[in-house]
Amino acid sequence: MDGNKPVTNMTDVGKRPAARRGVFSRRLSGILEPYYYVSPAVVLIVAVMLMPLILGLSYAFRDIRILNPFSGGFVGLAHFQALAHDSAFLGALINTAWWTFGSLAFQFSLGLVLALLLNRQFLGRRLIQALVFLPWAVPTFLSGLNWAWMFNPVVGPLPHWLTSLGLMDTPFNILSDPDLAMWGPIIANIWFGIPFFAITLLAALQSIPGELYEAASIDGATTRQKFISITIPFLAPTIAITLMLRTIWIANFADLIVVMTKGGPADSTQIVASYIFTQAFRRLDFGYASAIAAVLLVLLLAYALGVIALRRAMTHADS
Amino acid sequence: MASIEITNARKSYGAVDVLHGIDLDIQDGEFIVLVGPSGCGKSTLLRMIAGLEEITSGDIAIGGNVVNDLDPKDRDIAMVFQSYALYPHMTVAQNMGYALTLRKTAREKVSAAIDNVAGILGLNALLQRRPKALSGGQRQRVAMGRAIVRQPQAFLFDEPLSNLDARLREQMRTEIRKLHRRLGATSVYVTHDQIEAMTMADRIVAMYDGIVQQVGTPLEIYDRPANIFVASFIGSPAMNFLSGTCQITAQGCALILDDGTSIPFLAPPNVSNGQKLTLGARPEHIDIVGNGSAPSVPATVDLIEPMGLSTLVHVTLAGKPVKIFTLARPDLAIDSTIEIAFNMDKTHIFDSETELRLPRANEPFAAETA
Amino acid sequence: MSTPGKSRLRKTAYWGTHYLMIAAFVAFALFPLYWLLKVSVTPNDILYTEGVRMWPSRTTWDNYTFVLTQSHFPHYFMNSVIVSGFTALFTCIIAAVTGYAFSRFRFNGKIVIVALMLITQMFPLVMLIAPIFRILAPLGLTDSLTGLIIVYTAFNVPFATFLMQSFFDGIPKDLEEAAMIDGNTRFEAFRRIILPLTLPGIAATLGFVFTAAWSELLFALMLVSSESASTFPVGLLSFVSKFGVDFGQMMAAGVLALIPACAFFLLIQRYLVQGLTAGAVKG
Repeated sequence: MDGNKPVTNMTDVGKRPAARRGVFSRRLSGILEPYYYVSPAVVLIVAVMLMPLILGLSYAFRDIRILNPFSGGFVGLAHFQALAHDSAFLGALINTAWWTFGSLAFQFSLGLVLALLLNRQFLGRRLIQALVFLPWAVPTFLSGLNWAWMFNPVVGPLPHWLTSLGLMDTPFNILSDPDLAMWGPIIANIWFGIPFFAITLLAALQSIPGELYEAASIDGATTRQKFISITIPFLAPTIAITLMLRTIWIANFADLIVVMTKGGPADSTQIVASYIFTQAFRRLDFGYASAIAAVLLVLLLAYALGVIALRRAMTHADS
Repeated sequence: MASIEITNARKSYGAVDVLHGIDLDIQDGEFIVLVGPSGCGKSTLLRMIAGLEEITSGDIAIGGNVVNDLDPKDRDIAMVFQSYALYPHMTVAQNMGYALTLRKTAREKVSAAIDNVAGILGLNALLQRRPKALSGGQRQRVAMGRAIVRQPQAFLFDEPLSNLDARLREQMRTEIRKLHRRLGATSVYVTHDQIEAMTMADRIVAMYDGIVQQVGTPLEIYDRPANIFVASFIGSPAMNFLSGTCQITAQGCALILDDGTSIPFLAPPNVSNGQKLTLGARPEHIDIVGNGSAPSVPATVDLIEPMGLSTLVHVTLAGKPVKIFTLARPDLAIDSTIEIAFNMDKTHIFDSETELRLPRANEPFAAETA
Repeated sequence: MSTPGKSRLRKTAYWGTHYLMIAAFVAFALFPLYWLLKVSVTPNDILYTEGVRMWPSRTTWDNYTFVLTQSHFPHYFMNSVIVSGFTALFTCIIAAVTGYAFSRFRFNGKIVIVALMLITQMFPLVMLIAPIFRILAPLGLTDSLTGLIIVYTAFNVPFATFLMQSFFDGIPKDLEEAAMIDGNTRFEAFRRIILPLTLPGIAATLGFVFTAAWSELLFALMLVSSESASTFPVGLLSFVSKFGVDFGQMMAAGVLALIPACAFFLLIQRYLVQGLTAGAVKG
């Protein structure tokens, strides 16, 4: 009997050799198991995304023009030097910022309002939720075509409405006005992107424990105080991550612009992503297009790292 | 049913050692309770027996076979989880029969086994329900049933009662004990609740900081704790501790507290004058005595907790809180000074440095200290 | 203290505003779709003369009958169904096992894989078209639905994986441990116990990926040249070039193309929020 034996001694009792076989194979399969699970994804991503990316980056240092049979040579940093003096590219950079943050600000704020509205119980909520999320399912180029159509004063109602509201003197197509054209794709993008924010924020809202609001009510908090002291802090992580991912996604998202304005008029809606598209598939200059893409990738990476560093600094400051 | 032998089992996560060499022999049919505060390694040890955690070094044998390198499914053990871990998308019957179905047991045999166990646990009416439609107590029973149906080599319980309310917990405690008596199954039961440990165990394994502090029957552990940790952890209300310096005089030994109060005690062998000692006395081993009867010490009454059957008197002795348990219903005024006496046969003396208990020479079944 | 009458008034005012705002959102969401529908049923001769009327004086189904009987549209439509369906299926399978590994295992290189997946979300995809074409061409995977499915699956796996991981994070580990003790291997426990519990999450992922694949234009345009392997977005563009710009027919085709995506989306959108909520509880 063990009795009162504090087992602090480390006697090494002779090991039974039986049933030792298979040790190595089990340990090994235990170590390998996670890799079995992730290998299909890794293989696919490396083959279809990483390798093409590296290949694509190598194009940035080569002269690759589809129509020129003598192209293909190594040109070093020539593309990047040209890029530094390319006023269309610099304009596209500014337009990208404008396009991205213009779209994002409205998508997010309207998405948040919609999520808050849908977070209450009311008659017909399920049906309404299904309807307001619908634009998300509409193919982007179709919505691009449709919005372009609606902005057209001959076949679309929007210019006439704007005139009736006194915002326009006579109905005209904002897509052909260099000062206003960017608003066309931005509005189409807002329409398309609200559901994404509404869905993610609604999910986050619904995961806030109801007791918190009850406790706050008992403590005498008003609706606005509850929103500021409970809702916002709980949503903050979701907001931070979705805003960051969406910024990058929208900056890369050229479809609506390509469909609605093709970057025009006079490059006034040309963003970097659509400029890449134009260089690659209109001028067929893949080398130059890849150089622009490389710069965009670096800028977006820097942005993401900056945001992550900022967040880390802020959470550290909190604790 | 089978015995379980654990030999020098260690567990570390990277550089952090969680278990520092555990030796434990569990007899066939024994009900063992691993008890200790959270983070002491008891759950890790249980999960190592189950095969859910790798063993860093050492051996675990079930029924004489070393199972270190067997998957949980090949160890033929059943486990009851704290969260019950019932499969939400299966009915009670499917939950209970899952393991047997996986073993390709014939369908009639499975349903016979389920019916039998459902009868034992009173689950017959619930067999077609989903876990979501069950109360906490019912879920607990289903989790038990799922383990019993399999007739495994051993049962492992990971704090199975901690999500139940007090009354239900008490009821299930009795029920699990009765079941164990009926099935005679080797059981390892993890809990942080020392009452569960005391009432259920054949033997208690008290753990702290990844080390087994003491193994013994509940009464052995209660009456002769190996060290201050075990003495303080087991027993409710908890043991009182007073530390001071040993003073050996012609009249005998006494513990001199910080404020000079002197408490006489029966000296264990090998205590020396001036040694730092800690006196441990369970609340029921301190008496409130009338004035003049020797050897008593004065204490101030802080609080009286009547519990019906008994009364707990909180007093302050030499600046330290002391609890006294009495079956009487003393009529004491708060803040009044009373005389208390320690039952010298029952009080324990610990070395303040090593925290080990110093057994008296004439103690029955003298403890084998390491 | 406010009197009961006052608080009732405030309540009415609140819900009035609430419904008004909801109505505005619904109108904003549905009006463009309504306009699409309107154009598609407007006869060609009054398409421009009655361009800004809310509803044309005459309507016609001609555009629809033409699209369904005289064009390749049904064929494009089938191609899109095949490509989107298989993309959604494969993406979900791969994302489920990968997301499960992210949720349950700690292993060397995990952070590298996670970082790789995050970075793929930043690629300007336009840049990848030419290189992907060069890699797929020798394998005979250009101008084929299989090639498109592979490319779309790769593009959607990272996001779907993170989505699935958050669903798995919401499911207690005890469940598969119980199953492993009951006699399952880990993979069996994953398949038989954990996967059935993430069905809402899987439905949400399927929906996300299906709609994304359904509307993809760029790669469909660049990787496929023959009509037989064109998906419907490409087909819609060919509509433009072939018949001049016949907006009525194009919009009719567009409306038809919306139907499966919207139907699918309406079916799963409930799980979308539900699934994300379950994941968020623990994540």
